[in-house]
Amino acid sequence: MRDVAIIGVGMIPFGRRDEDSLLDMLAYASLNALDDAGMGDKTVDAVYVGNMGAGIIQHQTSIASSLVDRLSLLPAAADVVENGPASGGSAVKNGLLAVASGYYDYVLVAGGEKMREITGWRATDFVATMTHPEVEYPYGITLPGMAGMFTQLYMEKYGVTREHLLAVAMKNQEMGALNPYAHVEMLLDREGIFDSPHAVVNNPVAATPLHLYDLCPVSDGAAAVILCPLDMAKKLQNKPPVLIAGFGQATDTHTLQERDDPTDLKAVTLAAQQAFDMAKLKPKDIDVAELHDAFTILEIAESEHIGFFKKGEGGKAAAAGKTRLGGQLPINVSGGLKSRGHPVGATGVAQIVDITFQLRHELPKDRQVKNAKHGFTINFGGFGNNVVSFVLKRTEP
Amino acid sequence: MAVDVELEAVLRPIQYPMPPYPPKVITLANGKKMVVRQAKREDVPAILKTVHPCLFIERDYYDVVSARLYGELLAYYRYRVKSAYCLVGQVDGYLVGIVNGRMETEKVGISYHTLAIDRGLRIGSHLFAAKMEYHIEYLGQEEVLIVAESPIGFRRWMIEYPLEKTKISHELGGVESYRLTRDLYFAAKPRLVVGDRPVPKDLLDQAKKEILHADEKAIRERIAGLKGR
Repeated sequence: MRDVAIIGVGMIPFGRRDEDSLLDMLAYASLNALDDAGMGDKTVDAVYVGNMGAGIIQHQTSIASSLVDRLSLLPAAADVVENGPASGGSAVKNGLLAVASGYYDYVLVAGGEKMREITGWRATDFVATMTHPEVEYPYGITLPGMAGMFTQLYMEKYGVTREHLLAVAMKNQEMGALNPYAHVEMLLDREGIFDSPHAVVNNPVAATPLHLYDLCPVSDGAAAVILCPLDMAKKLQNKPPVLIAGFGQATDTHTLQERDDPTDLKAVTLAAQQAFDMAKLKPKDIDVAELHDAFTILEIAESEHIGFFKKGEGGKAAAAGKTRLGGQLPINVSGGLKSRGHPVGATGVAQIVDITFQLRHELPKDRQVKNAKHGFTINFGGFGNNVVSFVLKRTEP
Repeated sequence: MAVDVELEAVLRPIQYPMPPYPPKVITLANGKKMVVRQAKREDVPAILKTVHPCLFIERDYYDVVSARLYGELLAYYRYRVKSAYCLVGQVDGYLVGIVNGRMETEKVGISYHTLAIDRGLRIGSHLFAAKMEYHIEYLGQEEVLIVAESPIGFRRWMIEYPLEKTKISHELGGVESYRLTRDLYFAAKPRLVVGDRPVPKDLLDQAKKEILHADEKAIRERIAGLKGR
């Protein structure tokens, strides 16, 4: 297997992009990545597109081949990868394997989703199509509903408090306000969403005990990366190629109630372990991480299941500022899903883009983790039933 | 414009006595303080400066809502609507939201419109709640008839309160009205109606001194920009 590097990354600002189609967004992000890669007259051999809902929301299928044609990349191979909210991570994994195997040299991986052209409750219903069609969905369960129940159990078992969740929400919105690609640019005020009696309206209960600002927004957006063998990358450009040093992917039971302990995110633990083992690194070696904080509780729970903090310590670490920029381990410096937004098919790719920015030391001071060498991502599908993780490593050109 | 006093008396609809809406202040999610107060008739021209650019924003039915609101406020300004009122939300003097309505009878209120200029802060929810508070608690009405022109309004009013469906045709487009009764209002009040009174003097003075309006570009960006929520 060949070592695989990221040689180009591209993203478009997430938000509500009424003027752009899904294909427009994928094309813009891909062009940004192709420009960033500086490939000259070289073209890509294959294109993988992470997307969950075009068939449902846009009534459009085969978007990878549409993208190839749109970008004049014919006759590149084209595949759509659908894996729920982990579609982006899965698409990157498939691109990685294609290059590592030696079959393709240059691969474009794009992830995108356009979710704002339907109402919020239809978007929630669309995401809920990943729940079990017989024992969950017919009873009205939604992902926020699952997250609420998970949070309640996690609070009872590990002592997570609303203060801990609040710390994650405020940190991620603070960081998102600095990120030009982030959907939500608004700083939160503790009084306005927590202390004041007016918070009952400003930050209402969404799914007990989670409140509005514990949830990520519904967003449109796209992100893309260009992959190639590391040795070829070093000949191609002066930017430090970012090595995909490790990846992992694991599946857990479809339904939460089948798990021995619903608070145990086994697939997160396994996917992270696989990635660390492949990279020959440990959680303590990571300088910056992008975790899948679709709900604030997930940033805390994932940080514990990955091994960044002991069980029961993740929330305390967030409240103590250990996960802020300049802290022990900066998490979601991009603003995370909470603030950058969560166009589901784009998220896993966007996490890789953000970590690549960090490892290339390209970000402004107020967002750059100093001397970052190793980064980590986790893309969480279903309610933890399909999880993809990556360890990325800065290399010198 | 010259006014024929005798004819004017015929053309003007009747006005019920309307006790004033006492101003209140609300802390928003971003920590800013929004003063909610009743606009005076002479405030209308300043308010219309903010409404006008919204006429050309299609997103979320801002064009329809703004066009109708513009006409309603103009009619209020020129005495061509019965027992109407307008409440405004201001942050640092800037107009961030507008609601209006009127009394149909002493017992029945008509809700007109809710226009949020700053979005993502639940300003529309706060101002709609203030409007219902005015009808039920200060005008002493038994019910308010309400419709929504946008899916967002439908979610905020019909579902969140929740409201009762009626067969009564609403004057805004003729659609069947929903109804907020006193019982429904007081059941929803603990989770939807907030605000502190009295408003600190400095905040109220600043709000009353002048209704400031953002420039058109900023208004368009706040309502229909990429970050619009």
